[in-house]
Amino acid sequence: MSRLAGVLYATPTAVLVGVFFLVPLGLLGWMSLHRWPLLGKPVFNAPTNYTALADDELLGTAAWFTLKYTVIITVLLFAVAFGLALLVQHRRPGVGFYRTAFFLPTVLGFASASLLFLGLLSNEIGPLARLGLVAGDVSLTSGSPGSALGSAVLLVLWRFAGFNMLILLTGLQAIPVEVYEAARIDGASGWQLFRRITIPLMRPTIALVLTMMTTGSLLAFDQFFILTRGGPDNSTTSLVMVIYREAFVRLDLGSAAAISVVLLAVLLVVSAVQLRVLRRRST
Amino acid sequence: MLAALALVLATAACGADGTEAAGGGVMLTLWTRAATESVTKAYAEAYNAAHRDQVQVTAYPNEEYPAKLASAAGARALPDLFAADVVFAPQYSAQGLWADITDRFAALPHKDSIAPAHVRAGTSEGRNYALPHTIDVSVLLYNKDLYAKAGLDPERPPRTLREFAEHAQRVDRLGGEVHGTYLGGNCGGCVEFTLWPSVWAAGGEVLDAEGRTAKVDSPEMAEVFALYRGLYEQGVAAPASKDEAGPTWLGALQSGKVGIAPGPSVWLDPIESKGTKLGVAPIPGLAGGESTFVGGDAIGIGATSRKAERAWDFLAWTMSEQAQVEVIAKGKGVPARTDLAVNRYSAADPRLVTVNGLVAKGRTPYARNFNASFNDPQSPWLRTVRGALFGDAARSLAEGNSAITKSLRQG
Repeated sequence: MSRLAGVLYATPTAVLVGVFFLVPLGLLGWMSLHRWPLLGKPVFNAPTNYTALADDELLGTAAWFTLKYTVIITVLLFAVAFGLALLVQHRRPGVGFYRTAFFLPTVLGFASASLLFLGLLSNEIGPLARLGLVAGDVSLTSGSPGSALGSAVLLVLWRFAGFNMLILLTGLQAIPVEVYEAARIDGASGWQLFRRITIPLMRPTIALVLTMMTTGSLLAFDQFFILTRGGPDNSTTSLVMVIYREAFVRLDLGSAAAISVVLLAVLLVVSAVQLRVLRRRST
Repeated sequence: MLAALALVLATAACGADGTEAAGGGVMLTLWTRAATESVTKAYAEAYNAAHRDQVQVTAYPNEEYPAKLASAAGARALPDLFAADVVFAPQYSAQGLWADITDRFAALPHKDSIAPAHVRAGTSEGRNYALPHTIDVSVLLYNKDLYAKAGLDPERPPRTLREFAEHAQRVDRLGGEVHGTYLGGNCGGCVEFTLWPSVWAAGGEVLDAEGRTAKVDSPEMAEVFALYRGLYEQGVAAPASKDEAGPTWLGALQSGKVGIAPGPSVWLDPIESKGTKLGVAPIPGLAGGESTFVGGDAIGIGATSRKAERAWDFLAWTMSEQAQVEVIAKGKGVPARTDLAVNRYSAADPRLVTVNGLVAKGRTPYARNFNASFNDPQSPWLRTVRGALFGDAARSLAEGNSAITKSLRQG
């Protein structure tokens, strides 16, 4: 009887996971082995969709760029979010205001945030140009590969730092105060408290945040699609933009599916390694 | 994953099939992109007023439209009729997104006068799939007031591209916020629409007839790029030209501070409504001649539609003299039939006769992979354009030519 109850409890979730994850995943794998036209019968062509990937120059550029972007964002976002969490960790007058202010950008849709930045940084209508803060005709979103990447990084930091701060803050507050007190009685300095107590006890939270940051960055799309359109000269084209292009511009669904499968495999490996390394150290 | 998800979502979203319209006719669904929404709605209103069948128009933002169509096709839930940028027509025809209308088209009494460039674009392996829906040709638009101020004759537009550059330089000398010209330097579609006619006018080619080999490394193309590059370097082309990706192109011309620029003929009205008096001229080659890029939208019957017969009735009606003159010409549009280039509305404005007359002379480039090779922001063409205008021109054109050819032959 209790077994049946367990099965009944699990059924809704199992159905949801099955319909919205396992079935599309199976379809995706199946698609990647075919030449899949929009209309008409798919033709089995494995492994052409996969072997053609090696030949795709844009895919190579996008893979390299996505990797670079992931490293930059993970380092910067973690530093900023952790810094903010430490800043608002303790109860003191006004801290509620700062916590809310840092978290506020998170409630804005990412596409809307991208459009907001596009307007802000535009040299036609943006306030930077109007106030004369930027000399001459400098486009921050498409002028050079560096400024295009910089504008996207700024947007992501602004939009996601508060959210990650919140998770890190929860981790910080879960550390028992007694541990700190005992260490202080033993004469530990502030730096020692941070290195020997905060960091080790935060490991599970840090593992979670870093995994979310890397997967989020490897799947980056909106910010580049809206803010830089992948330019200038494809310098900010992300992997998901290439998938979108294969599917909806080249109308080659099989090839788009193959890239998705490879990206999924990479994500699985990265997440598994990351969680394993960080969790092992925490035990 | 994205594609699979889109398919699942599209299937879920497109289940309903409302067929009955009020009054006993059927309801036909018609999709179009935002750029041509007003013309599509004008057609639909005129048709609905005189027919029992009713056409219901839905417009989507330009950038999202190809993806919307692709996911609807994947879900076998295309609308009864849909229009698309004419340069995408070879791809959609070849993919079978539109129903075959060869026999119906052949029976049209005025089939030989329907914009030949558009008909060719909607043809794949000898079969017809689409008709012209809206026509937009590229022309030189010049500001008559700035011409007069610069000491140029407002009734005498340039006859060669070199003369165009001289005029732009003259206007640019007025100084202040006024610039000689403007171009979409970060927009593949804008550049092909406005610069290719100069290549064609000089007898050059950009693509081979089958759309499988690029010819952008031709001397004609290099000369045209060199001329625009010079204008940008001298500051005659407004500095914002370098980053113009399309969305603010019209706004720049509407400001009334640009002397002369190639652009879409449909902008005549929106620019003049801001108080600028415009002159219109064909786009010339470096040393003369004239040509145009016949753009706009093509329309066909959705391959999955179950109301093809009724949908054809609407399509055939849009090609009638009544629709072409009383809807298109009356709304200052370009008729899709060359025999109606001169009509009672164009007679009132000689500029419209100039524009309409270009349809028979102009071209619409034909290539199955046109979007991926030229219009898409990740296309090899945009990279080539930026190199030719702002970087190492010779290398960009040579490397770009092989990259574009490779893209054209893909898949």
